[in-house]
Amino acid sequence: MGRSLTGSRCRNCGNVAFPPARGCQSCGGSDQETLELGTCGTVWGFTVQRFAPKSPPYVVPEGGFVPFAVGYVELPEGVKVEAVLDCTDFARLDGAEVTLVATEPVPRFATDAALVSEGATS
Amino acid sequence: MSGDVSIIGAGLSKFGRQPGRTGRDLALEAIAAALADAGLAWPDVQVAFGGSDGSGLADTLVADLGLTGIPFTNVKNGCATGGSALMSAMNAIRSGAAEIALAVGFDKHPRGAFDPRPEDWGLPAAYGEAGLMVTTQFFGIKIARYLREHGISERTLALVAEKAYRNGSLNPNAWRREPISADEIAAADMVNDPLTRFMFCSPGEGGAAIVLASESVAAGNGRAVRVLGAATRTRRFGSFEVFSPSIQGSGRPSSVSSDAAAAAFAAAGVTPDEVDVAQLQDTESGAEIMHLAECGFCKDGEQEAMIAAGETEIGGRLPVNTDGGCIANGEPIGASGLRQVHEIVTQLRGEAGDRQVRRGHSADPRVGFTHVYGAPGISACTVLAV
Ligand SMILES: [Zn+2]
Repeated sequence: MGRSLTGSRCRNCGNVAFPPARGCQSCGGSDQETLELGTCGTVWGFTVQRFAPKSPPYVVPEGGFVPFAVGYVELPEGVKVEAVLDCTDFARLDGAEVTLVATEPVPRFATDAALVSEGATS
Repeated sequence: MSGDVSIIGAGLSKFGRQPGRTGRDLALEAIAAALADAGLAWPDVQVAFGGSDGSGLADTLVADLGLTGIPFTNVKNGCATGGSALMSAMNAIRSGAAEIALAVGFDKHPRGAFDPRPEDWGLPAAYGEAGLMVTTQFFGIKIARYLREHGISERTLALVAEKAYRNGSLNPNAWRREPISADEIAAADMVNDPLTRFMFCSPGEGGAAIVLASESVAAGNGRAVRVLGAATRTRRFGSFEVFSPSIQGSGRPSSVSSDAAAAAFAAAGVTPDEVDVAQLQDTESGAEIMHLAECGFCKDGEQEAMIAAGETEIGGRLPVNTDGGCIANGEPIGASGLRQVHEIVTQLRGEAGDRQVRRGHSADPRVGFTHVYGAPGISACTVLAV
């Protein structure tokens, strides 16, 4: 798909940040290099947004609000990135392997099952 | 640091919705109550610290209190506003700059307040458009992971909220005074799994004030409560906070509450098992569960059995949030930290009425603890004793 999230790595201590850091939260160093983050990870934690968030700022999708999962995906670099999580079953999200499917407007990852069903419908 | 600091006065305004009254009105009510409790008048106060999150500047209160010329510093530190004001007041006394100091916190938030804007949190506007600027998501994510990791049931979340409403029903000053059963709490609308609507506190209204005094002023005051230790902290690397686009570092997130609690206990020379009554930040019922461990009162996972056995109830081994906490009193951000201190002072003096904690069968509690936690990763703790 050729897309990835851009983070940064500290040239002093190696800490990886997302979004790219101005200063390192771990060592305070200011020398940061940009880094394309891995596109596969595991769900570290999540919840389900059961009600439409207040709008604005929330932009209700075409077809109306449906509950969605939001959580943190642990990437190979160790950083856990907040993302919308596409899945077919909320109950099977904990620890699930997920793949990056969008970087905008916010990071979005999908489970294999969701990828299959999204592929079937699109 | 030399010189003990004691609390000689504590006062609250009414908590809960009060149409027609401003946040400043609530602050003035709390200050008047605290001064009356101390047997003092405003001209006796030599230095003051205070603040609100969204209801104005504390130093403007002098227009109604009296223009005595004292230094009055505004504090704005989110949920730690009251704790920071208290720390500053303590330090003023310890430094010898004052013998009598006042800390005040207040707020009046409208219904459904707390509309965070992505720009204020250093986030792209897209986080709001995508529906991620929702405070409650953070609490859901954190407690959902914690429950799974440590084998705690969702039922325990309902039991914590049930206790909050029950304790609120015993507290004449609480906002929510109707008991709600654990079954009803568990069956209420899900906000962010596993947290239902009745497990959260609501933006609220209230003021709280504390009068502190030096050793020489407090000497002979039979109702004085000593501040054994107090600490405020900001988050260290690797913490997990609301509105974080990522959690950096590997392994378990750090806890600012653990840091602040450990510092307060160390300063006090007290261990958590010596505490007779505690006030822990309960933005939602999961927070109380996690803060029990983060503040050192149990190991991760032990809460399930502790709470099932009633150990955190008013009659239990470690009563927690005896006034109903944020869940029953609401969350006026600037006031909550000092409300907690007020409750511990009331308990240690044996003046808590229907909700009074007893050590063993008769004695009043001797050591109390308060803890606040809030965005963007701040905590303030105190250890108090008689
Ligand atoms: Zn670094």
